Amino acid sequence: MKKHRHAASGILVPLAALAFWQLLSSMGWVNATILPSPTQVLIKWWAYLRPLEVFDPAQGSYLKWCFSGELIQDALGSLYRVLLGFFIGTGLALPLGMAMGYSKLVYGLFNPLIQVLRPIPPIAYIPLSILWFGLGNPPAVFLISIGAFFPVLMNTVAGVQNVDSIYLRVGRNLGASRFTQFTRIILPAATPYIFTGARIAMGTAFIVVIVSEMIAVNNGLGYRILEAREYLWSDKIIAGMFTIGLLGLGIDTVMSRLSSYLLKWHRGLEQG
Amino acid sequence: MNGPASHISIRGVHQVFQSGGQEVYALKAIDLEITRGEFVCLLGPSGCGKSTLLNAVAGFSLPTSGLITVDGTTITTPGPDRGMVFQEYALFPWMTVEQNIAFGLQIKGKAKPAIQEKVGSLLDMLHLEDFRERYPKDLSGGMRQRVAIARVLAIDSPILLMDEPFGALDALTRRNLQDELLRLWTELKKTILFVTHSIEEALYLADRTVVMTYRPGTIKRDLRVDLPRPRDVASPGFNALKKELSQLLMEEQSRHNQDEFRGAAVD
Repeated sequence: MKKHRHAASGILVPLAALAFWQLLSSMGWVNATILPSPTQVLIKWWAYLRPLEVFDPAQGSYLKWCFSGELIQDALGSLYRVLLGFFIGTGLALPLGMAMGYSKLVYGLFNPLIQVLRPIPPIAYIPLSILWFGLGNPPAVFLISIGAFFPVLMNTVAGVQNVDSIYLRVGRNLGASRFTQFTRIILPAATPYIFTGARIAMGTAFIVVIVSEMIAVNNGLGYRILEAREYLWSDKIIAGMFTIGLLGLGIDTVMSRLSSYLLKWHRGLEQG
Repeated sequence: MNGPASHISIRGVHQVFQSGGQEVYALKAIDLEITRGEFVCLLGPSGCGKSTLLNAVAGFSLPTSGLITVDGTTITTPGPDRGMVFQEYALFPWMTVEQNIAFGLQIKGKAKPAIQEKVGSLLDMLHLEDFRERYPKDLSGGMRQRVAIARVLAIDSPILLMDEPFGALDALTRRNLQDELLRLWTELKKTILFVTHSIEEALYLADRTVVMTYRPGTIKRDLRVDLPRPRDVASPGFNALKKELSQLLMEEQSRHNQDEFRGAAVD
């Protein structure tokens, strides 16, 4: 009962905002080129979403046709870059982070370099990334990997370093080898940290993909909203922005579901 | 020097810590022989070094000087022959009850069916059957300590080291687990070294209660408790011993307090 009431009240503010926005436009208080009405945005969104061509079996399957809309192609392109960059960044950060967290020697060797590189925003790598990789997916994926790398690295190091020593004592008491200690105690104990890092990394990846598409790629949501600006299609810009928001929300929901499933033993630090 | 019956032998053990440029004797000249199958409680105020001694026997911190041997072999590392139960349970939160208990057996490289059988019988023995799939966060303190005990029993260590295992439990759960522990001890014939600061707990459980002094940690009194089991905490015999131990402990506690007033107490 209470839950339902909360859900109902949660919809109030967005509805009011929409109504106010619609009012602004309908009354002609703002220029439609500056701020188009919500209905106009919705119409544009639908046009952006649906397939451009009429369905033709000769061109391929129905499913393929369904996904042929510009918006879906853009979203898939962005998603592909985010995931690829995320996995490359995470894949490099995890082993290094574990080694740095576990071994003081490795930590001492790598930490100074990491600390110098870490404050450089991924965006600052754009010029170099274009010099090195040209245009298209490679520079974008490179930038996203950098964005994903550091949060995962720092959290993995912290996670491994902060394993409660009592667990290690129990492990030694039960006769666990160093390898078993690492795989069965240190790693699981560090997973809440690692997941926090991964979630931050995903958020960063999402920011970086939009920026990199605005500069180095010829499709994707970031590219599309910048392109729409050239034609003063503010309705398409807003439609694209909402799509970016929805995609981000979707990814974060998946991440949080995944982490609460994998960390169901954990005492609710990962909620929300 | 020691008879063949001695299971754990602690001889001339000193444990010295550096604290603010000063040497603090956590343990000084400890001699203790523990027979196979004996239930020994280490009793004393906090800071008397009883946990330090237990950790030394466990092999977590080796003594500065002196020797600790188990079955004549000097202890150099922690090991599954001396299973430890901690006050804070120390269950692995990412493992279910069942997985926690099975962990030591997996380390030993036991075959799956053997592990399952052993875990099953321990779940049964400690009345944990209904909780096998649960995670530690969903268990009460008493249940967690049962799991911790089962985890240690799984590896069949002949010696159990228990560091105030029931200290965080309410009175009823505590008595319950004490009875359970006595039952297991009688059944499995373990040698138990049990640290507590509760006089009643020591007298209820132990064959021998070793009272330790506050800093430097020495043995003040080694008291044999010959009361028949199950022990009646209201019996005159029990109370006489309780009074005697209270007196001893009070003296140490007041030294502890004086130290605290001087701000010198470091735990």
